[in-house]
Amino acid sequence: MSKEFTFEIDGRLVKAVQGDTIMQAADAAGVYIPRLCDTEGLEPQGSCRVCVVKQNGRSVSACTQPAIADSKVENETEEIQGYRRNLVRMLYHEGNHLCPICEASGRCELQAMGYRLGITQATKYPYLQPVRPVDASHPDIVLDTNRCIFCGRCIRASRDIDGKHVFEYVGRGIHKRVGVNGDRLAQTNVELTDRAIDLATCPVGCIIQKGKGFFAPIGQRQFDHKPISLGVAAVDPEEAE
Amino acid sequence: MKKRIATVSLAGCFGCHMALLDIDERLLDLLQSVEFDRSPLNDLKKFTRRCDIGLVEGGCCNEENVHTLREFRRNCDVLIAVGQCAVMGGLPVMRNAIMHSEDPLRECLETAYLNSDKIYNPSNRIPNDEALPLLLDKVYTLAEVVKVDYQIPGCPPSGDTLWYTLSALLAGKPVELPYELLRYD
Ligand code: SF4
Ligand code: SF4
Ligand code: SF4
Ligand code: FES
Repeated sequence: MSKEFTFEIDGRLVKAVQGDTIMQAADAAGVYIPRLCDTEGLEPQGSCRVCVVKQNGRSVSACTQPAIADSKVENETEEIQGYRRNLVRMLYHEGNHLCPICEASGRCELQAMGYRLGITQATKYPYLQPVRPVDASHPDIVLDTNRCIFCGRCIRASRDIDGKHVFEYVGRGIHKRVGVNGDRLAQTNVELTDRAIDLATCPVGCIIQKGKGFFAPIGQRQFDHKPISLGVAAVDPEEAE
Repeated sequence: MKKRIATVSLAGCFGCHMALLDIDERLLDLLQSVEFDRSPLNDLKKFTRRCDIGLVEGGCCNEENVHTLREFRRNCDVLIAVGQCAVMGGLPVMRNAIMHSEDPLRECLETAYLNSDKIYNPSNRIPNDEALPLLLDKVYTLAEVVKVDYQIPGCPPSGDTLWYTLSALLAGKPVELPYELLRYD
């Protein structure tokens, strides 16, 4: 039998089983740790660092770090929320995020994280303003990586769930972007029913299902009234039907 | 003494000024405690004296915008970027990153004045009258040009958001928007 133990998150006692990540134990206990690259059903990747917490004083990513018995984890402290604000802001500066004209607005996890963290402050980061081509070749799907936050969720979903490898990173460093395994999407074996194309997979507005933008009116969108958290999912599946 | 407010629209669509009118009858309460200085609402084109609050809609797309913004910074104690255009460039900023283009400003002007079948432009020239302010190489956010004290996002921010912001400032409190009033669209 696997070994059970407890540890603390912001002073609250949480149960864990040997091998659980901090995130898994927190989710099971109903404690929300902010996250972007980690999502239900995919292997954690640990790349966005929005889930940063302090475990016994050391900064770690909660989605990949195993929970430790009797440890103390800091989650929503002012210091850590400050780190998260900076991370989310940098993601905003790395892409072209014109929320007023974006199909994902209102159901976007990046935007929702901005709201949850109360981001309004002016920043001095430069805007990268990428000019990556939009791929609208496929009859059902559009790929606009100018809004990509490199969470790798489409890559993992296509590889691990669809068994297809439609998406992959190409290029290095500042030139890194998400590419497809063909000249364009229309030349791949991607299908609308793939998990990679599910509206809940891409947290932002990169992977768009044609004819499905703006399906919920303003005021009735996922994050209009409730901050992103456990149980407040990015896409309400009923509405996406 | 009444607080003085100045407002201006730079590279914006006046939607944010319209949103200010969306505070409806609270406008009457507002006028009890503030007086408008330079603003398109009263058509005053110059500052008459130093102001407590400056509300700036729109980013900077031409040299006149930069000049006006600096004047606002010099004349206002608290300078607020109002709306998505002022905060991150908004729709005009799309011209900074035109796909496949090495020279986005040229492409933008050529599409607008020369190469579209939707236009009537017998001179077949891009307007270059010296009375027109020179366009900047790209669209800049307010914070890229001057120090900005608060950013109120939204396209436009709702009347409630603007009312909340002004009420907090007039009461001498920091502006911390509640969840439902913070929107980027
Ligand atoms: S992807 Fe999200 S953050 Fe980016 S423009 Fe769309 S709604 Fe805004
Ligand atoms: S396209 Fe979407 S899911 Fe894929 S890496 Fe970019 S943001 Fe993540
Ligand atoms: S933020 Fe929206 S409403 Fe305000 S000036 Fe820009 S486009 Fe107009
Ligand atoms: S959610 Fe853990 S690093 Fe992204």
